[in-house]
Amino acid sequence: MNRLAIPKTYKLYIGGKFPRSESGRVYEVLSHQGDFLANAAKGSRKDTRDAVVAARSALSGWAGATAYNRGQVLYRIAELLEGRRAQFVDEIESCEGVNAAVAGTQVDEAIDRWVWYAGWADKYVQVAGNANPVSGPFFNLSVPEPTGVVAIIAPQGSESLLGLVSAIAPALVAGNTVVVVANELAPLSAISLGEVLATSDVPGGVVNIVTGSPTEIAPWLASHADVNALDLVGAGALDWVELQISAADTLKRVLPPETGADAAAPALSRILAFTELKTVWHTKAIL
Amino acid sequence: MKFLDYAPAPESQALLNLKSDYGLFINGDFTPGRGTPFQTINPATEQQIAMISTANEADVDAAVSAARHAYDGVWSRLSGSDRGKYLFRIARLVQERARELAVAETLDNGKPIKETRDVDIPLVAAWFFYYAGWADKLDHAGVGPNPAALGVAAQVIPWNFPLMMLAWKIAPALAAGNTVVLKPAETTSLTALLFAEILQQADLPAGVVNIITGDGSTGQTLVNHPGVNKVAFTGSTAVGRAIARSVAGTDKKLSLELGGKGANIVFDDAPIDQAVEGIVRGIFFNQGHVCCAGSRLLVQESIQDDVIDRLKRRMQTLRLGDPLDKNTDIGAINSAEQLARIRELSDLGQQEGAERWSTDCVIPTTGFWFAPTIFTNVSTSHRIARDEIFGPVLSVLTFRTPAEAIAKANNTPYGLSAGIWSDKGSRILAVADKLRAGVIWANTFNQFDPSSPFGGYKESGYGREGGRHGLSAYLKPAVRSGSRSIPAVEHTPQAVASAGKKSASASKKSASAEKAAK
Repeated sequence: MNRLAIPKTYKLYIGGKFPRSESGRVYEVLSHQGDFLANAAKGSRKDTRDAVVAARSALSGWAGATAYNRGQVLYRIAELLEGRRAQFVDEIESCEGVNAAVAGTQVDEAIDRWVWYAGWADKYVQVAGNANPVSGPFFNLSVPEPTGVVAIIAPQGSESLLGLVSAIAPALVAGNTVVVVANELAPLSAISLGEVLATSDVPGGVVNIVTGSPTEIAPWLASHADVNALDLVGAGALDWVELQISAADTLKRVLPPETGADAAAPALSRILAFTELKTVWHTKAIL
Repeated sequence: MKFLDYAPAPESQALLNLKSDYGLFINGDFTPGRGTPFQTINPATEQQIAMISTANEADVDAAVSAARHAYDGVWSRLSGSDRGKYLFRIARLVQERARELAVAETLDNGKPIKETRDVDIPLVAAWFFYYAGWADKLDHAGVGPNPAALGVAAQVIPWNFPLMMLAWKIAPALAAGNTVVLKPAETTSLTALLFAEILQQADLPAGVVNIITGDGSTGQTLVNHPGVNKVAFTGSTAVGRAIARSVAGTDKKLSLELGGKGANIVFDDAPIDQAVEGIVRGIFFNQGHVCCAGSRLLVQESIQDDVIDRLKRRMQTLRLGDPLDKNTDIGAINSAEQLARIRELSDLGQQEGAERWSTDCVIPTTGFWFAPTIFTNVSTSHRIARDEIFGPVLSVLTFRTPAEAIAKANNTPYGLSAGIWSDKGSRILAVADKLRAGVIWANTFNQFDPSSPFGGYKESGYGREGGRHGLSAYLKPAVRSGSRSIPAVEHTPQAVASAGKKSASASKKSASAEKAAK
């Protein structure tokens, strides 16, 4: 006798919890062959605003954590992702219609990307900061700091997990908190990643994942005054110029859409894009 | 004469050799603008200094194509060391003509001669000298090996530090290998045009720097010109927003240095007399026409009375008057328009219930003047605690704990500057960590240096000027690496890499391809 499987309810990931959409809306996630896989939450404007509130509340703790601590937490994500590798391979296979080997390569790359970025947490300040030889009795130091709350439209292409990880990991390295709109057609691995994050010492609210329609959600993030930066990496199919114009009203830092195999490729510049350089002049005594 | 009365000590204007009319500086020569000329006046006397040309659309176009031509034909082919030599020449010429430039700046802007002579012009020379040395060392700018220039830079600057802002813009742009079209502010074009004469003396190749004058619409035409690759703007947050909107969807790289409402925090263990000097320097330097001014004084409650008493006593010694007088501390407000804004916001401060106090100095009968003023009993919701006044007006707020000071200091959409006054090093470091501002001065204020990056958080803009970081604002990585593990992609906010604005989705998606090209 075959055992009847227990399917998972896929919900949002906001403030460290897994709520349904306040709107009560869901949308069908289909396999590559068109079979029903799950009902994903269709995030609303209110859900998105809740996510921004959660991200803002989590900011001081995450930004204030030591760089060594942030690096370890990011590495811990890689550890847990490795442990649940089979589940992700399975979800990617069914959602994206690829075979187990291709799905496995994607999960491996996603894990390695966490490891690569984890190692930057206590180094990027050294590489991008500067001691400045000013003409006067001052000790002058420039140091990059996190920009704040970063809203991300995750890559909407074929590699749903790798695209998501490539977009959120660099923003987290510096201590930003994130609201990310998942891959609309393949959102399952995003919510499962939320489960990994929830159990890997990432404080609640540091990463918030909203599933649903990027077309519907992105404008609310672009205009939200408590969002400091907007990564449009996966917004190529949206009217992203309008989003950028809207973001200009609050002078958000904006990254443009990217596509192709190299979209959101790992780069130090991707970490630095969501940092602000602070220069402090300390007066020296005249001896 | 009584105590603190000084005999007049005006700086001589004899070394000035001004023309009555100035054209646009395009492709190495002065040419008349095709727009309606306007007069530039001395704000201390309201007398005309000279007539200035207005660049219309065709003139902007000519300037941009001259810059493009110079970029393709000359400047991009020059070695870094030769570019550097031109910049060194410019630095030396500025030093040689420093007094003349200082007098002209004071005449046109209204700021005291002691500031143009001792701050503005020396920093102009220092800025060119600093970036001159970078021109052949770009591999170390932090953008990776063999970085490339962007092309033609459109630069629009404000009236508060006319020639200094020009230097902040032009020096790094040229060092990085870009060519330039610069538009000075409408009320302060004079020294930019004298600088054009210096470029002729330096024999800088024609078209490498073009200076076009006019009002805001000329600037708008320039930043919207499809032929520019980089836009650098210093000015108001409102105009900065408009520029960010207009640049959206293009491949123009953008730097914005916008407004501020800097907090100057004085703790109870601060050396009070030094702090008072710092407060004065923070808000009355350059008549408060400073984007990074310490316009909000946050003073710990226990020392408030002492600090305010000493501050008022110190303010009474500030000498307001003829900007060319070497003893003048407070010069003229730059324009009637700015004076009206300062008056409007100050009146609002009174209406909202804050207590106004001004020094009892004599205000000259002609020109634009505003006596140094402080407001006490200010609360965080008052307009004078929120809006940038850009004048010699200080709003005083109090706090009890460091946490409250930090919360109040950060309670603004701006994030350009802040000051901390305390004798306790560990407290300074901890507070500096928590302040959301791009430049923080501990036991000093309003210090500038070409090696020190300057720029804002939040709505004070993005990008840095000065230092290695100011250089990278005019560079992009050389070649994109094919390997995923060796990052070479540049990610600069707003540097949208795609074809034309609102183009078809196909070209929107060419983002990464474009980055590989040039």
